[in-house]
Amino acid sequence: MTLSTFPLGARPQGHPALGSLSLRSVSKVYDAGGIAVPAVQNCSIEVAPGEVCMIVGPSGCGKTTLLNAIAGFHPISSGEILMDGALLCGPGRPQADTGADRIVVFQNGALFPWKTLIENVAYGPMVQGTLPRRAAEDRARELLGEAGLADVAHRYPGEVSSGMARRAEIVRALINEPRVLLLDEPYRAMDALTKSIMHESLLALYDRTRVTIFFITHDIEEAIFLGDKVHVMTTRPCRLKQTIEVNLPRPRSYELLTSEEFRLLSEEAREAISEEAIKAFQSGEREA
Amino acid sequence: MTLQTTTTEYTAVQAPGRLRLFTWRLKRALRSPRPWLMLSGVALWLFTYWLLTEGLRLPRFDKIPGPVVVLSEIFSRTPFQGISVFTEIYYDHILASCRRIFLAFAIATGVGVPLGLLMGWSLRFRAYTFPILETLRPIPVLAWVPIAILAFPGFEWPVIFLATLASLFVTTLNAMLGVQSIDDAYFRAAGCLGSSRWQVFRHVVVPGALPYVFTGLQISIGVAWFSLVAAEMVSGDLGLGYMIVDAYMNNVTVPMVIGMLTLGFVGWATSALVRAVGNAMMRWHMRALAIQGR
Repeated sequence: MTLSTFPLGARPQGHPALGSLSLRSVSKVYDAGGIAVPAVQNCSIEVAPGEVCMIVGPSGCGKTTLLNAIAGFHPISSGEILMDGALLCGPGRPQADTGADRIVVFQNGALFPWKTLIENVAYGPMVQGTLPRRAAEDRARELLGEAGLADVAHRYPGEVSSGMARRAEIVRALINEPRVLLLDEPYRAMDALTKSIMHESLLALYDRTRVTIFFITHDIEEAIFLGDKVHVMTTRPCRLKQTIEVNLPRPRSYELLTSEEFRLLSEEAREAISEEAIKAFQSGEREA
Repeated sequence: MTLQTTTTEYTAVQAPGRLRLFTWRLKRALRSPRPWLMLSGVALWLFTYWLLTEGLRLPRFDKIPGPVVVLSEIFSRTPFQGISVFTEIYYDHILASCRRIFLAFAIATGVGVPLGLLMGWSLRFRAYTFPILETLRPIPVLAWVPIAILAFPGFEWPVIFLATLASLFVTTLNAMLGVQSIDDAYFRAAGCLGSSRWQVFRHVVVPGALPYVFTGLQISIGVAWFSLVAAEMVSGDLGLGYMIVDAYMNNVTVPMVIGMLTLGFVGWATSALVRAVGNAMMRWHMRALAIQGR
């Protein structure tokens, strides 16, 4: 796939100073029919502007809960979350507002099936009033073209492959120039080949925009291949178990996967996570 | 020996014209067993009907007009029992019923769809309205007849009211279910992308509920015919329901059957119309279904 080197978004190589996230002692307790279920416990993570932060943990450990709290989909029980120093949620304000500065790409995809790809991408600027409809669609066409989706821009999401749909969804987020992109296991249901194409296109988009990425996955290779830092989480309740610094050079390509350094990092992450996966399996955690 | 080169002329592949596409589809359809099965199904049904009423003249069935009598009457210029495709009154009845259905369906849709969408969307609105709706819904249309006659003047409006009522409930309930069927992720995505509450309603609630809304409208038009005919039988001066009951009162049986058959065809046509409008409004849905092979 060819991707032009034209910077995506009006932002030249990102806002280096914007897009930091601070999660400080975040806890979330669910009320499951009168029983208090701790989903996240005392979780602290710092994300620097422009960092690719990977959250890895066994299925159903509460990673998505963390992402939903940042996005403002549900309240937290204690602790605080800040973006660029401003409080998103914390004491006295349990739930963050949703907003176009933090955009989620969903696990099962959430392109509106009743809008064509171009209408989907143009939706954000149009409803926020940052661009008139016509201009928003022109911009959307341009960005879809850069992501290799020019030919299918006028199709409905139900008519394109899941890989194309997911790519369009990322474009739909990036057109708004968010400070943070929140990805919730976006490639979970894809086969290995499609996944590798998706990884390369995500990295290409990242190299152009340098947007902060908060990426949830349970795939260790994916985490190390994409991330600057890999945070391994414990099984429920979700706590930070170990942080692995990935100092691999960018831009990265698939040859990296066979390097010795990559193998060592994977081994380290695997050791940390397998213990948790076994615990999760034994406690009968439901896939979530 | 000479070497011969052959040149092949390539013409650009063009999309087939509408007519060619139609004839191709028709040919394909005729080669498949489906139309022949349909034809023989209809023939079998007609033959049984004929056998019972005219062939064997079984007891109790001999009072019912058979297919030969009905067909010869319906296409007769001088119908024995007053109704055929050549009598003006036949079309007056059809027109009266269609006009009522149109009004009733338009009112039921105009009120029911927004009402149902709001009920699905706003918990508070649902809390206000749902108990009343659920209490009124099970009351059969015929139980409303006295109230309708008391409350509305003339012949026309009580009938339209009764036809509206039944389809209103169906439409409302389906629109509400339609909103509830929308995946939460779409609401969240709309929130992330900076939509106001009104924009969520316009861009997520309305299009997302549309498949259910049109399923509801399909049922609703059927229910509207159903209650219209019931109402016309009780109170009316024209219309297909009135035509059937009037024939019965006057001891002529063929117009009864003509009325029933007409209802069948007109009802079929109206629901096909609703389906066509729905398909045109939901191209995204149709294409997604087509790709899934449905």
